[in-house]
Amino acid sequence: MAKKIFTKDNSSYIIVILAYIVVEILLKTGSVSSLMKGLLVPLCVYVILAISLNITVGILGELSLGHAGFMCVGAFTGAFFSRYVGDAISFGYLRFAIAVILGALVAAIFGVIIGIPVLRLKGDYLAIVTLAFGEIIKNIMNVLYVGKDSLGLHISFKDTASLNLDSATGDIIIKGAQGITGTPKDSNFTIGIILILITLFVTLNLIHSRTGRAIMAIRDNRIAAESIGINVTKYKLLAFTISAAFAGVAGVLYAHNLASLTALPKNFGYNMSIMILVYVVLGGMGNIRGSIIAAVVLTLLPELLRGLNDYRMLIYSIVLIVVMIFSWSPTAKAFRERYFGFLKKKKEEVS
Amino acid sequence: MALLEVTGLGISFGGLRAVDDFNVIIKQGQLYGLIGPNGAGKTTIFNLLTGVYKPTDGQIVLDGENITGKKNVDICKAGIARTFQNIRLFSDLTVLDNVKAGLHNEFKYSTLSGIFRLPSYFSNEKKMDEKAYELLKVFDLDGEADYKASNLPYGKQRKLEIARALATDPKLLLLDEPAAGMNPNETAELMKTIRLVRDKFNMTILLIEHDMKLVSGICEKLTVLNFGQVLAQGETAEVLKDPKVIKAYLGE
Repeated sequence: MAKKIFTKDNSSYIIVILAYIVVEILLKTGSVSSLMKGLLVPLCVYVILAISLNITVGILGELSLGHAGFMCVGAFTGAFFSRYVGDAISFGYLRFAIAVILGALVAAIFGVIIGIPVLRLKGDYLAIVTLAFGEIIKNIMNVLYVGKDSLGLHISFKDTASLNLDSATGDIIIKGAQGITGTPKDSNFTIGIILILITLFVTLNLIHSRTGRAIMAIRDNRIAAESIGINVTKYKLLAFTISAAFAGVAGVLYAHNLASLTALPKNFGYNMSIMILVYVVLGGMGNIRGSIIAAVVLTLLPELLRGLNDYRMLIYSIVLIVVMIFSWSPTAKAFRERYFGFLKKKKEEVS
Repeated sequence: MALLEVTGLGISFGGLRAVDDFNVIIKQGQLYGLIGPNGAGKTTIFNLLTGVYKPTDGQIVLDGENITGKKNVDICKAGIARTFQNIRLFSDLTVLDNVKAGLHNEFKYSTLSGIFRLPSYFSNEKKMDEKAYELLKVFDLDGEADYKASNLPYGKQRKLEIARALATDPKLLLLDEPAAGMNPNETAELMKTIRLVRDKFNMTILLIEHDMKLVSGICEKLTVLNFGQVLAQGETAEVLKDPKVIKAYLGE
């Protein structure tokens, strides 16, 4: 058996690396607008979110509407850590690496806590409970006050005064609805791309392993999976946790790109969860490469259409519908085969 | 030596007594048939044997080990594998991956070694591939190893389900209406396959079937079930001549 080089998996890595090279060249030649520059890190955030939600929705086959909640947990954990240690670790990359690991860990712990009761539910019920979880997390972050002084950490759910901080050494880190301000800006586009590649590596290797096979077997037929001795609860929880951990990673990246981090409905609310779900559905459930492309296209599109002002969202929704029809309807598939089939053949020849 | 010994097995769903006082002894290497009219409780007995339902009373002993009331995952490990009346394949996985999923508990490596591609990943995957191809060859499915399971024709899906069940290395194989929806030619081929499985793997097989040609052709012993109770039990030829069986099931 000849090994294929241009497989679907490898093409995901190739697309990401090519995109990186192209963007870097454009940045060097100075042909990228400042607006676009500002979008580069959020793009990486959305790509990681899309890949991670695809683990839950596409690979495990459970609908989750609370993914922004895990992102929120990761973002606040990471930002809190970086703000807490501050210049004690002056080497930004190291501080950020630890923040990423911590953010992933805490998000994973929340994944387990939420997953144990929630994964007993199916379909719509699971979606509703995860939706509620996302909102709860967002709202808790809005009333959480954490400060540090020479005595250690102080936590309150009321206001800054009830933290009882020492006035000389006191420093409020999380300030309720105002969130965390002054997070060091440790992230950049290169780091974002590296995190995407790590996410891709873990996800794709997971899918093509014994564990991934078990997870997909449960997705395709739970009863049959049990009948051949696969521990359904264990693997469902595992997939959900890994998915949550990567949402946490995306959150940390997101937090370190902003001067002030607040839990608004816009960034961690259910709008965000739905947005990520749109990337996954549009890119194709279980299709990791599709998730990446969908996340990039759907993030860039509103910006590219900015000149059209009022018609922006109209065109955006039309594009969504057209893409959906074009990628999934049988007639459109046949049409593509007929007119673009040669592209596919060429690829096969290359391999 | 009895491989499976079931005594006084029964289950009630609310007021409905689905299976009552079911007894059976199946010897190693036997081909045993379970027949009866629709709703007689045949599939319920399969679900009891594989731990999908917990029996209300009675006991199940497999190869000297009491497996009554164990969970289905543990019963699979103890050595009972099954196929389903309505085929339950992993439809989006390849034919090869379906069988490899069946090898899940035989070749183990951790999730981390899978993600980081440690040596145990490669050695176990290689062993899995070899074993899976071996099984697929027996069922003449090795040519379709890379197909999606849902793209296989019906008869081959049935075969793949048997191959997947055998991958778990069972002592006892339960087949739930393997010939359902098959034409006479396919049924004849299936009979050959079942015999082959028995001889090649020295397998003990308990099967539910409505196709009398298949039942009388390959089953050595038979139990007839009616309304959850045993109507007749014994050598196939004798049971099929029993006037009670003819009246309840075959029609006069």
